[in-house]
Amino acid sequence: MLPLSSQVINLLAAILLLLAFAMLTQRRILSLINLFALQGLTLALSTAVVAWSTGQSHLYWSALVTFALKVVVLPWILHRLIRRLNVKWDVETLLNIPTTMLIGIVLVILAFNLALPISQLAGTITKSTLGIAMASMLLAFLMMITRSKAVPQVIGFLAMENALFFAATSATYGMPMVVELGIALDVLVGMIILGVFFFQIRERFDSLDIRHLEKLKEE
Amino acid sequence: MISASGVAAQITELFLAVALAPLMTGWVNQCRAWLQNKSGPGPLQPYRMLGKLFQKESVIAYGASPLFRITPYILFGGMCLAAAIVPTLATDLPFNTAADAIALVGLFALVRVFISLAAMDIGTAFGTLGARREMMIGFLAEPALLMVLFTASLISQSTSLSITVGKLLQMDLAIYPSLAFAGIAFTMVLLAENARIPIDNPATHLELTMIHEAMILEYSGRHLALIEWAASLKLFVYACIGIALFLPFGIAQGGDSLGLILALPVLVAKLAVGGALLAVIETVSAKMRIFRAPEFLGTAFLLAVLGMLVHFLLES
Repeated sequence: MLPLSSQVINLLAAILLLLAFAMLTQRRILSLINLFALQGLTLALSTAVVAWSTGQSHLYWSALVTFALKVVVLPWILHRLIRRLNVKWDVETLLNIPTTMLIGIVLVILAFNLALPISQLAGTITKSTLGIAMASMLLAFLMMITRSKAVPQVIGFLAMENALFFAATSATYGMPMVVELGIALDVLVGMIILGVFFFQIRERFDSLDIRHLEKLKEE
Repeated sequence: MISASGVAAQITELFLAVALAPLMTGWVNQCRAWLQNKSGPGPLQPYRMLGKLFQKESVIAYGASPLFRITPYILFGGMCLAAAIVPTLATDLPFNTAADAIALVGLFALVRVFISLAAMDIGTAFGTLGARREMMIGFLAEPALLMVLFTASLISQSTSLSITVGKLLQMDLAIYPSLAFAGIAFTMVLLAENARIPIDNPATHLELTMIHEAMILEYSGRHLALIEWAASLKLFVYACIGIALFLPFGIAQGGDSLGLILALPVLVAKLAVGGALLAVIETVSAKMRIFRAPEFLGTAFLLAVLGMLVHFLLES
């Protein structure tokens, strides 16, 4: 019988995995951004619960930073971007959802198997969630591979960062504050630069489909 | 070992299922009518319809084979057997040693094969169309249902439903993410398998989108009555599986005769709430295109598999 905080962390981890799958199979960009914000909220909540149950006070700050960055700022920037780019109701058409889901399940099994020996070595109360963190990371990676539009790819990248953050929390109770702040700043700046990129890509090719970038020559 | 109380529980349970199944269907329809601001025919309407159909003459299409005649009886018998396997009132049931969860899914598959064959037997376009769609939904829903049952079986280390429910009853009160996943997946399978709204519309008779109704268009009289009764029983059995796996409190354990009496009002209350929830789900969602059904059931399968994996990772 696990203590209650452990149970809540496990539940939040399971929700995180579910959200990773929901993002993987979501066709609409607007819903994708909302799912990303929800994932950030789950992450912030689970970090706060870990902080409360272990007494690691620096984790409160990292939960706060996560909340501010991933639930408020980044979704706000993304919403603004898709409004300015006029892709608010864009739908990804080339996406075979059942196949993607099956590949996703295989990735989850792989991640769980990989994480099992590592989590047995860890002494944290969150050790069993390491597998879920790795699975979420692989799923975000798969999302970046399957998408052809620029905005969903960037959201996949951000989701991958979320998963890495969760892995750090579950394996070692988070990274030092300096590192975390540095990563947060990196993500924010990266997002702003990619936002500029979106406009450039669209101006050049009249669409946000990044398969245009694969051609080297102009015809 | 068969005990007297076990036999009593078994008989009560079976008769209760057969008697209450039309009421459950009527209750869901009544709730839907209320939610749509209609007065509704009342929850007893299915009984009136069954009574009317049993009095009517049964017409058999020209060229129908004996298969067409016996299918309603196989359907009804199969659903009665399924109702006897699921522990709704007590876990100590003599029938339970006869069939486990996998056999139960097999029983549903058998019934599905017979109704599809009967639908194709007449040779009308509608029957064949319905049969094909039913088989498509069935082959997608079945693995999801099996995975849901396996998740519960993993927790209890047994595929027998009554042992599973017994173990689930004895578990400590805690958050089980795996059961939450399995519960959502099961609800989705229930909607698909019982021809409810996101997949099929139970209220329509003359639309090209129908599945269940398309298969039984040629039946009439007592045959149709038996098929409708079996469909109600199927919904009832599914609801009972859901209750037994995810909300098992109140089910009597072992040869507890007082518990058996107490289990009855608890079960009826749970079914009433479940039926109302089903009506709410059906009212707030729109019917899907048939080509979206694989995605819907794929999601159910995914959730059930995730439940199983999460059980291995977090709860073992």
